Amino acid sequence: MTEKLYIDALAEAIREEFDRDPNVFMMGEDIGIYGGAFGVTKGMYEKYKDKLIETPISEAGIVGAAVGAALVGMRPIVEIMFSDFLTLPMEWIVNQAAKLRYMTGGQLKVPMVIRTPMGSGTGAAAQHSQSFPAIFAHIPGLKVVMPATPYDVKGLLKAAVRDDNPVLFFEHKLLYWTKGEVPEEDYIVPIGKAEIKREGKDITIIAGSITVPRSLEAAEELKTYGIDAEVIDIKSLSPLDEETIVKSVIKTGKILIVEDDNKNYGWGAEVLSKLVESEAFDYLDYPIQRLAGKNVPIPYNPQLERAAVPQTEDIVQKVRSIFDK
Amino acid sequence: MELSKEKLLWMYQKMVEIRQFELKVDELFKKNMIWGTCHLYVGEEATAVGACAALNPDDYITSTHRGHGHTIAKGADLKKMMAELLGKETGYCKGRGGSMHIVDVSTGNLGANGIVAGGIPIATGAALASKLKKDNKVTICFFGDGAANEGVFHESLNMAGLWKLPVVYICENNLYGMSNPVSKSTAVKDIAQRAESYNMPGVIVDGNDIVEVYKAVKEAVDRARRGEGATLIESKTYRWLGHSKSDPRVYRTREEEEEWKKKDPIKRFEKYLEETTDITKDELEEINKKVEQEIEEAYQFAINSPDPRVEDLAKYVYA
Ligand SMILES: Cc1ncc(C[n+]2csc(CCOP(=O)(O)OP(=O)(O)O)c2C)c(N)n1
Ligand SMILES: [Mg+2]
Repeated sequence: MTEKLYIDALAEAIREEFDRDPNVFMMGEDIGIYGGAFGVTKGMYEKYKDKLIETPISEAGIVGAAVGAALVGMRPIVEIMFSDFLTLPMEWIVNQAAKLRYMTGGQLKVPMVIRTPMGSGTGAAAQHSQSFPAIFAHIPGLKVVMPATPYDVKGLLKAAVRDDNPVLFFEHKLLYWTKGEVPEEDYIVPIGKAEIKREGKDITIIAGSITVPRSLEAAEELKTYGIDAEVIDIKSLSPLDEETIVKSVIKTGKILIVEDDNKNYGWGAEVLSKLVESEAFDYLDYPIQRLAGKNVPIPYNPQLERAAVPQTEDIVQKVRSIFDK
Repeated sequence: MELSKEKLLWMYQKMVEIRQFELKVDELFKKNMIWGTCHLYVGEEATAVGACAALNPDDYITSTHRGHGHTIAKGADLKKMMAELLGKETGYCKGRGGSMHIVDVSTGNLGANGIVAGGIPIATGAALASKLKKDNKVTICFFGDGAANEGVFHESLNMAGLWKLPVVYICENNLYGMSNPVSKSTAVKDIAQRAESYNMPGVIVDGNDIVEVYKAVKEAVDRARRGEGATLIESKTYRWLGHSKSDPRVYRTREEEEEWKKKDPIKRFEKYLEETTDITKDELEEINKKVEQEIEEAYQFAINSPDPRVEDLAKYVYA
């Protein structure tokens, strides 16, 4: 295995899927010679001219057209430049892509992927910085993933492309330049499976996307306070891997959920409710804790921006307070 | 449409303010003193200033992600703008918004927008309100060539055409939406052609000629104020710098850029003033110096202003 950047692992997955299946193609703004706003398709244009459909600035039209192409046998990957702009094609995601299978009694399917960068930390302010995968996880018929590592972004993208359902694929911007081991061979990371990233016995920290590296970092620091934290990467919000979470909580009895989304009605609330409804409830020896973004649009000023979402030190502090340490 | 000397000098000063403000911002960006991203208006000054010169102080505008020029042309305070870019409590949005969200209620500026075409229906709604309230105000809606391909452009112009709203849509066609040239994004050659579909006049102007911009917009504004409805004006121009902070501009040639720099709207206006008025070089030079001073003061004000308090993070979420 070699170390790769998240962004490179993602690009590799896209190229390999282009090569594997003639029906896979990509649509999006500035994805040609410019290489996309974050550079995911940089350098691809030469070889994959026919696969990269560069569009006008028409998000509703792009996603709607991708739905149509998917209905008749293509497997489109749509790049939406910032996840904030998902509000524009909401109709074709929620009323069309998500429901067409069910409404037609299983006649139609919509195998498409909508990839999009999310999150704060770059000073792009309120309309270019939010994380809201949970909104989509609320909708039956959609799958929602948010890979945290180079290994997962490659494997999950491939799984998403090969899935027969519409998949929302969230990439936190600050992850693009992180590194990790990525195998050369073709592999899949299954949608709907969480993973224990760090074993521990005292508390279960459930994280997703950018909060995974932050939680792992916090777990290291918590060792110095004698706290042995288990960290779970949720990876997929829909479907949600209840089994892995429930098992872990039965072991540790304590839980902290860490979300980059703002807190109200966030995905952590769903995880919490699943736990309360499960056998894990009897094993809880401390009230379930959530750490999430503040209920504000993301501010521009860097100190305010940082304070709006959970940072590593917030996780450390929260866990210490649970243990009175 | 005679322009008074006072007005001509005002127009010149506003263009110089925009140019110098943007160059200062570019410099601060390169020094990592400005956070996030910025879309600069250098080269397009004549459109914002020529258009706003045709408005009354209490008329409205809506702006875009590339909004500093419109904001200055409508009369904003450079100090508060610079403070906003530095994320300070003294900025227009108290450091919460940054470059893409500057709003100045005091000058009728309903705001920049991070969402391409976001301002188009909003301008339409402001014009609808003016019609309902009979307040005799006109709204100018600025947007780019790229924005004209969003659905709301078409929905909005249809409503404005249908209801004869007092709004002037000004499409700043700077030939590219980010990296995408108009020829690859837009089915028609001229965006002004689309006016026909919405039963309003469509006008093309040389966006680097401030007098031509002013005349066309003035006519459209007067028409709107008379209750005769909306106009779509396409202003052909060019952005000199990259789309945003880190754009290597691989999608266009350096030669093309040089060609457009020869059509510098400020130089052209200087020539116009020299040839058609008694305004002297010294007077213009003085304006340049005055603006330089103004920009420096804005910078000093911004840099010495306090940051917002982290405890106030949740202030302003609700009215
Ligand atoms: C809805 C939406 N889609 C995409 C973007 C990203 N984006 C910002 S500016 C821009 C190009 C806009 O082009 P144009 O309207 O011509 O304005 P210009 O930048 O040329 O002034 C794009 C694609 C956005 N901010 N909002
Ligand atoms: Mg443009």
